[in-house]
Amino acid sequence: MGGYTGELTLVGEEPALPYQRPPLSKAYMKGEFAEERLYFKPAAWYEDNNVELILSTRATSIDRAERRVDLEHGGHLEYDALIIATGSRPRALPIDGAELEHVYALRGLADVERIRPQMVAGRSMVIIGAGYIGLEAAAVAQQMGLKTTVLEMAPRVLARVTSPVMSEFYEAEHRRQGVEIRTETSLSKLEGNDGAVTAAVLTDGTKLDADIVLVGIGILPNEALAKDSGIACNNGILVDRDARTSDPRIFAAGDCASRPLVHFGRSGRLESVHNAIEQGKLAAAAILGKPRPNEDCPWFWSDQYDLKLQIAGLSAGYDEIVVRGSPEDRKFAAFYLKNGTLIAVDAINSPPEFLASKKLIMSGAKLSADILADTSITMKEIATNAVAA
Amino acid sequence: MAKITYIDHDGTERVVEAQNGETVMEAAIKNSIPGIDADCGGACACATCHVYVDQAFMDKVGEQEEMEKSMLDFAENVQENSRLSCQITVSEDLDGLKVTTPESQH
Repeated sequence: MGGYTGELTLVGEEPALPYQRPPLSKAYMKGEFAEERLYFKPAAWYEDNNVELILSTRATSIDRAERRVDLEHGGHLEYDALIIATGSRPRALPIDGAELEHVYALRGLADVERIRPQMVAGRSMVIIGAGYIGLEAAAVAQQMGLKTTVLEMAPRVLARVTSPVMSEFYEAEHRRQGVEIRTETSLSKLEGNDGAVTAAVLTDGTKLDADIVLVGIGILPNEALAKDSGIACNNGILVDRDARTSDPRIFAAGDCASRPLVHFGRSGRLESVHNAIEQGKLAAAAILGKPRPNEDCPWFWSDQYDLKLQIAGLSAGYDEIVVRGSPEDRKFAAFYLKNGTLIAVDAINSPPEFLASKKLIMSGAKLSADILADTSITMKEIATNAVAA
Repeated sequence: MAKITYIDHDGTERVVEAQNGETVMEAAIKNSIPGIDADCGGACACATCHVYVDQAFMDKVGEQEEMEKSMLDFAENVQENSRLSCQITVSEDLDGLKVTTPESQH
């Protein structure tokens, strides 16, 4: 704790204690561990540290002049400083049948509790959207013995977030595992019987059996609370390097915030654990008047089957890809360079490539494609030489 | 159940009752032990739960898997008794375990 001794209240719309979301589409979805293991802290921690928890309660509006937050069940809280960490919500499927039973999104614990009982071996699951959530869920469903189909509008999986090299690798992997992947495919509607989904109908008329439909077509930032009170927003609540919004007493952190990406010369939202933790620290430090913590290289991970993907940096705008290792070995990395400088890496089962890249990206060192691709030189050597150069 | 002692880099000791099946990292987080960040929550993705294991327990904490080994290779101030605490599962055998946390996880 940063030494703060005043009152601290945490308001959350969900009933559960604050928890980790990444396992929801991975090990937790598979039922590998109990809900308690998702919690950041046990209930007693909040009591011991004088943090008042108000759960199952939405904050409905902010009165900035009165420095007051109104709560949905009546009552309000006054603040000296306010952090908005409202996260994001799944983009809704804009087609007929989206309201049928057994059509789900995957965002919170409650979603998993609804989906899991339906995930019975032999049933058909259609996943809309081949982003990380969709593909992670597909890996889980396939391993649980469901007949799994993934539909994607773009010509390749993960099109929005990574390069064709990675898309091709993951597409082949999922097919090898038995998942049916259909790219350049659009959904026309969902059909049901007795209110529950039974089929997904494509725009070309093809009808796919669907006992369960999972929609994973991206998320939208929950910015209404800020926007309605006149705080500047633009695809996210706009914040500065201290996570401060256009109101100096109000901060925003996590998926809902659009922040300066200092190493990449632009602003944007990052949907990741690293970003949520870092912005929380930035906001807390600013509120307590402490020095600004380091802004680290953005990083992400994804678990599918026995593949651990670790991502460092942001690859948008790359002009060169270098592959180190071989996809056939299920252990390789794709480096993304811009003007000879490393800006991102996708590392599959390759922690050294990931960890060295985190440092190399921050250093801005020039790197040659030949050296990065040369597996006879270790990543440690590459990192040491590059930083020294 | 196992009693685990976490020693921070200043030498301050904190003793925790850890449950079988949870990891040494989880027992630390639940009990607000400083010096372990565990940003990824135990996915072996971030290398921010680095600890030094008491020599007497090196055999009992089990072998490192390949992922952990290569993650540790890039952590700061690595020693031969370095481990990622999210990869050590608590059992009766670990009763009395002592681990020391490094000065920084980053």
